[in-house]
Amino acid sequence: MSELQFRDPKLARSMAATLDRLVRETGRKIAVMHVCGSHEQAIAKYGLRSLFPKSLEVIMGPGCPVCVTDVPEVDESVLIAAQGARIATFGDMLKVPGSVKSLADAQASGAKIDIVYSPQQAVEIARSTKEEVVLFATGFETTAVATAAVILDNPPPNFSVLSVHKYIPPVMEIIAEMPESRIEGFLAAGHAATITGSAVFEPFVERHKIPVVIAGFEPNDIMAGLVELVELIRAKTPHVVNMFPRCVTLEGNLAAQKQLWRVFRPMGGRWRGIAHVPNGNLRLRDEFAHLDARKRFPIDLTSLWDYAPPALAGQCICGDIMAGIRNPNDCRLFNRECVPENPVGACMVSNEGTCKIWHLYGGVPDLEASA
Amino acid sequence: MTAILLPFTGGRVTLKQGGGGRAMRALIERLFVRDFATMPFDGVGVDAMDDGAAIRIGDDWLVITTDSHVIHPIVFPGGDIGRLSISGTVNDLAMMGATRVLGLTCSIILEEGFSLDSLEAIQRSMIATCREANAPVVTGDTKVMGRGEIDGLVINTCGIGLTRTLVRDNGLHTGDRIIVTGNIAEHGLAVMAARHGIEFEGDLVSDVAPMNGMIDSILSDAALADAVTAMKDPTRGGVASALHEMASKSNVGIVLQERSLPMTDAVRSVGELLGIDPLHVANEGKALLGVRADAVDQILARLHEHPLGRNATVIGTCGEERRGAIILDTGFGRRLLAEPEGEPLPRIC
Repeated sequence: MSELQFRDPKLARSMAATLDRLVRETGRKIAVMHVCGSHEQAIAKYGLRSLFPKSLEVIMGPGCPVCVTDVPEVDESVLIAAQGARIATFGDMLKVPGSVKSLADAQASGAKIDIVYSPQQAVEIARSTKEEVVLFATGFETTAVATAAVILDNPPPNFSVLSVHKYIPPVMEIIAEMPESRIEGFLAAGHAATITGSAVFEPFVERHKIPVVIAGFEPNDIMAGLVELVELIRAKTPHVVNMFPRCVTLEGNLAAQKQLWRVFRPMGGRWRGIAHVPNGNLRLRDEFAHLDARKRFPIDLTSLWDYAPPALAGQCICGDIMAGIRNPNDCRLFNRECVPENPVGACMVSNEGTCKIWHLYGGVPDLEASA
Repeated sequence: MTAILLPFTGGRVTLKQGGGGRAMRALIERLFVRDFATMPFDGVGVDAMDDGAAIRIGDDWLVITTDSHVIHPIVFPGGDIGRLSISGTVNDLAMMGATRVLGLTCSIILEEGFSLDSLEAIQRSMIATCREANAPVVTGDTKVMGRGEIDGLVINTCGIGLTRTLVRDNGLHTGDRIIVTGNIAEHGLAVMAARHGIEFEGDLVSDVAPMNGMIDSILSDAALADAVTAMKDPTRGGVASALHEMASKSNVGIVLQERSLPMTDAVRSVGELLGIDPLHVANEGKALLGVRADAVDQILARLHEHPLGRNATVIGTCGEERRGAIILDTGFGRRLLAEPEGEPLPRIC
């Protein structure tokens, strides 16, 4: 099979050498953050960390939509399921712990849960049944666009949406403003930027003087993105640079943006483990109230308040991991009590979660790249 | 990886505990092996958790193994539950060196209402596979359960074979090479595609096949047999799971060259598309062989002569770094390969 350039290991090694030189020239340790599970997966999967210079820390931030779904949001889905509605959701959501139960627990006690791969599939389920079907819609702006599309496509009357969609740009502000943050640059997710466009990051860079580089997901996309990012840091020239031009444009996908903002409005809300994020949640606009599960089903979260959270949850440091302050190796539960079979925190549940990815790809042991 | 004692979540069996990975191993170790292994027994017993058991009979070993087969759908590209139920058991015998099968048993549990035509087709597939493997079914049992009490049918087969060269899964030494006998991940992905009605460009066909003939071509040659230090078939949990078991039982580390792994373009693309690592996906017609370095070329040449072994290749080397673990060299950098918790897909074999 012919080798694609963005998977050429030789090219990766030469970029690693450049990266090493640039970091040395700054004469200090540099920490940068990416905000995407797919970036972390590629870094872990290809063993790229063994190529990075020792003085460059590449941290995964809140890039896992499942992980940042807050406990009360999971509770909402469990309470709706308890009323007999079928919940259609992405597989990752099943085991995310709520205050008392996860959807998997609800399923074990008889709730009807369907795993779907796209919002469209949930609509198809609704068309095939008379039962109420609720799409428990998670994900960042990329996935929210797909939810918006089915909402605008005249779904059947027994279909509704429990939106816990989240919007990435506002949370970058929160991270940048955290007093303990050491982040000097952001690697932004190429697929999200395909929709939002690269220009969406300009106000952020203007405000915080922190460079943002948009990168794709192949190993050499990431290497090239990091070289550019470290160069911007070294040269003290905070800009937005689009290193994924084969997909991302300045203004993005305008048709998708139109659908997105026609259906959703940004609203402040808590991201699990991080903070209240102003404009960080995407909720259905009033025009679509008839499709809003929150309006269709009575949800009384106080009915769960009598239950104590599981004992280990107090030791979970998911929040700090997502904020980039600590990493899974700092957690006393990681790969001990907390494993994918029996996750304590959301980061071990989702395939996009830092802990799950580190677990899946063998953690980050101190391995040298082969000569 | 840290040793983990899994709690039995909520006191109920989960599908993952049948997935061939760590969750299943934990269940077996904690529930079955602990007590069954307390009775006196001369040979390779349940506590070895090998592909089967071996009982000493004079200078020979009687190898015995059993396997229950549940798969959905029961017919898939490249095979069906009938072919699978014969191949699975024949292969488990072969992996311990018993390439000549003395006899198989076959128990079938059927659901009321199961189509007789389908049953006949499955039976035809079984007998064809038996002929291929030169393995006669010599006794069996049939039960029918009420509608809804079982899903379609379950086939259990048990096999016995005699061998003088017992091969274990724990005999790897530093310097040994790891050979895989052909393209990986074909069974699991073919079943997944069939189950979900996913159509892909390019063929995804299960590799299910009895391998005793191919293995016999190695083991019947005393010089080659002597150089085989360990064998295992990477079924549920895939190559990753099987190698972890071999490495930890043998107390060696294995450096695996990711770019040497043989796989079709279809498997590679579907794996990427679905986010499934082919190393974690089940095979039903592939073997992993630990081989002394000096005999690698001869053994590869012999494998290449067999239709099932045409794509056999060296994928790794045993060493002293990180004993019990698998280091994956991706060509970019190196990382540890995690042992899968379970097969990404339940009920595939």
